[in-house]
Amino acid sequence: MNAVEMHGISKEFPGVKALDNVDFSINKGEIHALLGENGAGKSTLMKVLYGMHQPNMGTISIKGKDVRINSPIEAIKLGIGMVHQHFMLVPVLTIAENIVAGAEPKNGLFFDLHKAISEVDKLAKDVGFTIDPRKKVEELSVGERQRIEILKALYRGVEILILDEPTAVLTPLEVKELFTTLRQLKQKGMSIILITHKLHEIMEVSDKVTVLRDGKTIGTVLPKDTSANELANMMVGREVKMGVKCRSTNVGDKLFEVQNLCLKNGDRFCLKDINLYLRKGEILGIAGVEGNGQTELIEVLTGLRKPDKMCLKIGEHEISNNAGADEFIKSGIGHIPEDRGERGLVLDMSIKNNCILGYHRINRFIKKGIFLNNVIGKYARHLIKTFKIKAVNEEIHVGTLSGGNQQKVIIGRIFAQNPEVVIAAQPTRGVDVGAIEYIHHKMIEFRDEGKAILLISADLDEIKSLSDRIVILYKGCVVAQGVTDDFTDTDLGILMTGGKISNEER
Amino acid sequence: MKSNVKILDKLYAAKGISNTIVLFLSLILALIVGGVFFLANGYSPIDAYAAIFIGAFGSFPAFIMTLTQATPLIFSGLAFAVAIRGGMLNVGTEGQLFIGAFAAAIVGAYIKGCPAYIHIPLVLLAAAIAGGLWAALVGFLKVRFGSNEVITTIMLNFVAINLTGYLVNYPLKNPEGMMAQTKPIFDSAKLPRFFSQYQLSAAILLAALTIAVIAFIFYKTPLGYEIEVTGKNKRAAETAGIKIDRVVIITMFISGAIAGLGGAGQVMGINHSFIDGFSPGYGFEGVAVSALVANNPVLTFFSGILFGAIKAGAITVNRIAHIPMDFVFVIQALVVIFVASPKLVGSILNIFKKKGDK
Repeated sequence: MNAVEMHGISKEFPGVKALDNVDFSINKGEIHALLGENGAGKSTLMKVLYGMHQPNMGTISIKGKDVRINSPIEAIKLGIGMVHQHFMLVPVLTIAENIVAGAEPKNGLFFDLHKAISEVDKLAKDVGFTIDPRKKVEELSVGERQRIEILKALYRGVEILILDEPTAVLTPLEVKELFTTLRQLKQKGMSIILITHKLHEIMEVSDKVTVLRDGKTIGTVLPKDTSANELANMMVGREVKMGVKCRSTNVGDKLFEVQNLCLKNGDRFCLKDINLYLRKGEILGIAGVEGNGQTELIEVLTGLRKPDKMCLKIGEHEISNNAGADEFIKSGIGHIPEDRGERGLVLDMSIKNNCILGYHRINRFIKKGIFLNNVIGKYARHLIKTFKIKAVNEEIHVGTLSGGNQQKVIIGRIFAQNPEVVIAAQPTRGVDVGAIEYIHHKMIEFRDEGKAILLISADLDEIKSLSDRIVILYKGCVVAQGVTDDFTDTDLGILMTGGKISNEER
Repeated sequence: MKSNVKILDKLYAAKGISNTIVLFLSLILALIVGGVFFLANGYSPIDAYAAIFIGAFGSFPAFIMTLTQATPLIFSGLAFAVAIRGGMLNVGTEGQLFIGAFAAAIVGAYIKGCPAYIHIPLVLLAAAIAGGLWAALVGFLKVRFGSNEVITTIMLNFVAINLTGYLVNYPLKNPEGMMAQTKPIFDSAKLPRFFSQYQLSAAILLAALTIAVIAFIFYKTPLGYEIEVTGKNKRAAETAGIKIDRVVIITMFISGAIAGLGGAGQVMGINHSFIDGFSPGYGFEGVAVSALVANNPVLTFFSGILFGAIKAGAITVNRIAHIPMDFVFVIQALVVIFVASPKLVGSILNIFKKKGDK
């Protein structure tokens, strides 16, 4: 008898068939990875299980009993819990308060904090976490917060735990800890469903993998019988090359140089004495745990934020510290923002209009102050074709595209304008494997034209495979920089978390 | 709830006409619910609706009345729609209308001796600039101090209405007469009327022209593009090098200028002076006019006429069917409520659908 058995699940949204006759099952005490590209239906399937969506067809049984799950509350009652990618915690409250919220122990009419603390303490010890339930959530690291989310589910007596992209926000070390936790939970008989698109994680931790593609089950395999490459092929439906190293063969003169960059927020330094440079034909990767100054660095280097001190040169041309984003764009600095929905695109505007965003005042598109509609339309169709954007036409809203295609709109818009330097922040975040491969290919092509890219990514594999050199950022300072291949994974992990490595070790 | 939304999704998914269908159904539903109101109070809904229709479209004078009532509503509807495009709620169209009207009255009554072809544009310009600056102040406060434009526009309404009220009661009151109004404007500042016996003036043409200009700016120029991007996603606008602070102020200026022109239209076409408290809420109703057509600037022309018709009809309802005018404003409010809540309409439709299934 399986802990969860989902059979023949179909789910339609207006105009799309998100799930088509999908089967999925998980045993007690099993870690089961659900693998698929964005839009393959993994999240939808789990939302069906968690009661957030109702399937149009299909049956779900929990421990052999057929059920209908109409809401997350019912799901929790059935012992199903979900940890979302974005944590749902109240930072100003204590760990204990966060964990019991919604099912608080009461003393008469009142909330019983002492009981909450002791219960949480006991629960944490059972699972092997060392936490102080009195601590406030805002003081915790991302990895710790994730554990609180897991505890939250356990507190409600969950036996089936769904984790949505749990490693996206973690450092390599935290990932290891998470996996240890998951294995412990497995020992205790929990069933864990891991939604992910990171192949090596699956190979490492899961007992079984189910691959989804275009809303259909492609197959369920055991990691020991397969390889990462095989899984990638199953996921995409064709041959893909993963994480190919491709170092620059033709590095030229300095093209872009940042000296003594300081940025303060109040009295605190967000960025301190940053010095870095980019040469023609190279990709420089910024490695670091999220929240160590990357966002601020991007904002300063694209004119969105004024630094307290900086000397910035592109070629021989110096950009003043008071220059706005428009001047950065004009100087040939392209910007692929880290959050495409937030900064990169106007989602409820057409692809066509998004294609000229940031370049809407250049002469090519305007005559006597009026937009040349035909030219812009033709340009948009050209980008759609050149950058393989899957879209019916250029008039549809960019928000209706998949993440990968949205990202291609941004990539196309920037690269087509032929900038000198591109600040590429999380260029493949939330993008499917096929599009990742394509975007990486485009970036390397651009580099080989003698341009330069500053790559900021939370995905360490991406940094390692693309960058010619790496700069490591920790608490707003550059703690190390050098040629990528001189760093081992352990070195990077230590440096990113503020540790030191001696030169001999390296 | 989910299935209700589903029907609506399907309606929207059916592309193109679907919005119009929902809009139309909203109107019908408003009339049905309004009918219940009439019935509950002992009036015949059929008589009432007939009276409204006759009052609005039943005769030539009625239709002229509708257009006359529609004119200021089109201006304020358009003003609201412009601000929304830039991502702001300009609830201050009433105040901007007062300021514009006042500026028009002053320039119309105190500048003397220029021919109409100079005087009229001059008055209009004064009204647009005055209304525009009044609204731009809100934009400035927003970008400089982060104040919420809804609050500041509402508050500035009181300032505008009472400031003009003071001026027209004391320092600038017309000495020849009892009413609190300014001196009449010169003939050279009056907008021509279509027919000598009706109040309908060239202001309605001006409204159409303003819509054409706005549509051109919105759909053909980089400024319009920047306003749209800023309105839809400020962070993306900023990233694209758009100076969002400037765009916010410019958008508010344009919005206020249009509201000001609406006020000028009343002064130059109908009252021929600034009368204390002359507007029964033309500016406020702009919100409804714009909401009815999902803030589409071009369509405000037609929704303005619809609201003008309701106003014109209200007078007849009172006269013929002896139903208090206030009922008509209940209908007007219902229309806005139904249009502004498409999901509500969806769920009501769903009830009918379920009954149909059985």
